[in-house]
Amino acid sequence: MNLEKGILNKDKRAAARLITMMESNDPEAIRIISKLYSHTGKAKVIGITGPPGAGKSTLTDKLAKRLRQENKTVGIIAVDPTSPFTGGSILGDRVRMTDLYTDPGVFIRSMGTRGHLGGLSKATLGAVKVLDIYGFDYIFIETVGVGQSEVDIVKAADSVLLVMVPGLGDDIQAIKAGIMEIGDVFAVNKADREGANRTQVEIEMMLEYNHSQWKPPVTQVVALHNKGIDDLYDNIIKHLNYLETTGQLIEKRQQNSELEIIDLIQRDLMERLVGNEEKRTTISEMARMVANRQLDPYTVSDNLVKKIIANDNF
Amino acid sequence: MARPIRVLVAKPGLDGHDRGAKVIARALRDAGMEVIYTGLRQTPEQIVAAALQEDVDVVALSILSGAHNHLLPKVVDLLKKENVYDEMLVLGGGVIPDEDIPGLKESGLAEIFTPGTPTQVTIDFIKENLKRGL
Repeated sequence: MNLEKGILNKDKRAAARLITMMESNDPEAIRIISKLYSHTGKAKVIGITGPPGAGKSTLTDKLAKRLRQENKTVGIIAVDPTSPFTGGSILGDRVRMTDLYTDPGVFIRSMGTRGHLGGLSKATLGAVKVLDIYGFDYIFIETVGVGQSEVDIVKAADSVLLVMVPGLGDDIQAIKAGIMEIGDVFAVNKADREGANRTQVEIEMMLEYNHSQWKPPVTQVVALHNKGIDDLYDNIIKHLNYLETTGQLIEKRQQNSELEIIDLIQRDLMERLVGNEEKRTTISEMARMVANRQLDPYTVSDNLVKKIIANDNF
Repeated sequence: MARPIRVLVAKPGLDGHDRGAKVIARALRDAGMEVIYTGLRQTPEQIVAAALQEDVDVVALSILSGAHNHLLPKVVDLLKKENVYDEMLVLGGGVIPDEDIPGLKESGLAEIFTPGTPTQVTIDFIKENLKRGL
């Protein structure tokens, strides 16, 4: 299978294989994505995040169906955690999306975090590019169930939907730094449960301190019963339009590209510093000297970094 | 570092019993595999679409309804039609009479695991019989 031709001809097998290769940091996949990079940037990327069990997958399913009513095509990347002990994972977001499997205008890919913190996997951005080149109009990224500080989704998405549920905490939780700061649009899911109005008010009060021009709307939904989905959908589209008309979309993408480049530099430098057995051995030897107080760790690190800069072949 | 083995665990057909599928999913997870769990009552078309998009190494089908002779070969046929069968190991599990097993293997199932099979047997079989490199 020629992957480059395949992805341009909308062959889902090519898209699937390229994502697998990006997950392994395969040079051939990186070459293809680099070559086709000018094909990216057309899709609108929507991040969906929130605590475990808030209903992210069910909402993704409903929003994707809403977009299909408009004849828009949808790529979905659903991230679930990898075990830090065995490296295994159960990727179960698809269970909520079974109606979409055979829809030719939808592509769903599950990814394990594979040791990456922050709510996404290392290859999530690569997978987004693959689906963007393929030509999906919208791409959803569903994060792992997050706690208070997994905010990587901001770097990956144009618009972030934060899914909350009633009963998780009081208004102090709502004004804490971290996750509550990243929502462009809020949903209070399971709004048929007690406390939904209060949760909505607490989020809205927290947002009042927010001085940006865009006031994130808060919508009550019951994803399972398809209630409130139209309103939520309208609010997401409004935010995307707002970004575009104010010129903030390109600004945001520039910021995200900057962060991505810095991440890639870190990864490449780490690879060159500790990427093979020989270099690992050098570091282990130095660690022995550091442990015996013959050397200090700051000098060791400084010397290794200087070596890279001085010698491109290091 | 080699990538993890990716396995689709699916329940074709109409029976609603997924205890066995969940036990095997959990065991494969603990063996370091990425298990994509698709839920109950899947058609062969849905299973094949998911396997293709997830680019899995293994399709593990759990079935207790008695319709295995119809549904399992159907999944294999559709995988062949999509040109992905050559790279995917297809396994069956569940309440399947011994006399049906040779026919299922002939139709393209690599192995059938019946009740009582230790999960380690399945794990070892997968590791030894993958059709593509990691």
